[in-house]
Amino acid sequence: MAEIVGAYFTSHVPAIGGAIHKGLQQEPYWKPFFDGYQKVHEWLAQVKPDVAIVFNNDHGLNFFLDKMPTFAVGAAAEYHNADEGWGLPLYKPFAGHTELSWHIINSLVEDEFDITTCQKMLVDHALSIPFELAWPDVAAWPVKIVPFAINTVQHPLPSAKRCLALGQAVNKALQSWTGGERIVIIGTGGLSHQLDGERAGYINPEYDTFCMDNLSGNPAALTHDSIHEMVRKAGTQGVEVLNWIAARGALGVEAATEIHRNYHIPISNTAAATMLMEPA
Amino acid sequence: MSGPQNASEPIPGTHLFDGDAAAKGFELNAMCYSFNDAANRQAFLDDEEAYCAKFHLTPEQRKAVAERSVLGMIAAGGNIYYLAKLAGIFGLNVQDVGSMQTGVSVDNFKAMLLAQGAGQTYDEAHGAMIQKEKVHG
Repeated sequence: MAEIVGAYFTSHVPAIGGAIHKGLQQEPYWKPFFDGYQKVHEWLAQVKPDVAIVFNNDHGLNFFLDKMPTFAVGAAAEYHNADEGWGLPLYKPFAGHTELSWHIINSLVEDEFDITTCQKMLVDHALSIPFELAWPDVAAWPVKIVPFAINTVQHPLPSAKRCLALGQAVNKALQSWTGGERIVIIGTGGLSHQLDGERAGYINPEYDTFCMDNLSGNPAALTHDSIHEMVRKAGTQGVEVLNWIAARGALGVEAATEIHRNYHIPISNTAAATMLMEPA
Repeated sequence: MSGPQNASEPIPGTHLFDGDAAAKGFELNAMCYSFNDAANRQAFLDDEEAYCAKFHLTPEQRKAVAERSVLGMIAAGGNIYYLAKLAGIFGLNVQDVGSMQTGVSVDNFKAMLLAQGAGQTYDEAHGAMIQKEKVHG
């Protein structure tokens, strides 16, 4: 039976990709952030996952507003990055795990999650940067992926409660998968930040700390706020914490063990955070 | 397409990109989405008027783009993830876009972010930023 080795959570600010490209990891601005990944590297070398289930959000690369799925699941043999509008160097492609994708899709729909399935899906910085941070020096990614895209762009967004339930349903699907893979769960984005409006630059460490303190042992605590209240507390783009909540659900319903945390303000306009958890 | 009857209190300085905004901003966001293609970015730079006309921007959207007004674009239904692609054409990053929306210099906007990293609340850091802008411009 497949084993879930744990979960890795990280911010995915586009500027991180620029810093990696320019080799700025040890510059004073970036060092407190990048130093938080040493433990991630050690942990991944130890638990050796070969599949990653990734919860992230598209930023107008794969999805436009003509068709905006609330929950989309990739079922492609490979996933490519493309020009996100800034002409930056492209990130490495990813190998998909189509059999596992369809297993999860079948299980989710049976559990009444009416997801959108994607046999083609471009992936943007929200998926690529967490991998660049986790495996900085590899020629090809050591894991195959099953990506989930959660709508954090166009309201109404799915509730935190629904995202947690989605993740838990993914966990149930993984429990019935008979392959021998070692699976890591990844949640990307956040934490608090706001790019748009007169409140641009808003950051809320108090709410971020609440989220990080509760995510491992009591993730339901993060589901009591409406999306509107989450925007108030986390900022318009801080609602990307929905990806973290779904990923936490996929780790299982039992309390998990936090084994690493790094939190740094600011990276670009964002409170940047990194966490690792293992199943109970 | 309006929000639920019991919609929560508005959030100051915050514009939720909901169904109303998505419908209102469709043309503007469609144009910005096209900028994922480098050839389209060049076509915009070559003839902005013609490129905007091709996407049938509303007069409000066209005016906001011509004035490089980020808040105007948001009021016209623009979504920041798409607008960021337009900003990229002009070499602007999210701190530049933040300074444009808050009406302060980029340096003062960046200082506000760093102040939050140094322990100030957003309200403290924001208040100091506005004050500094008034004094020093």
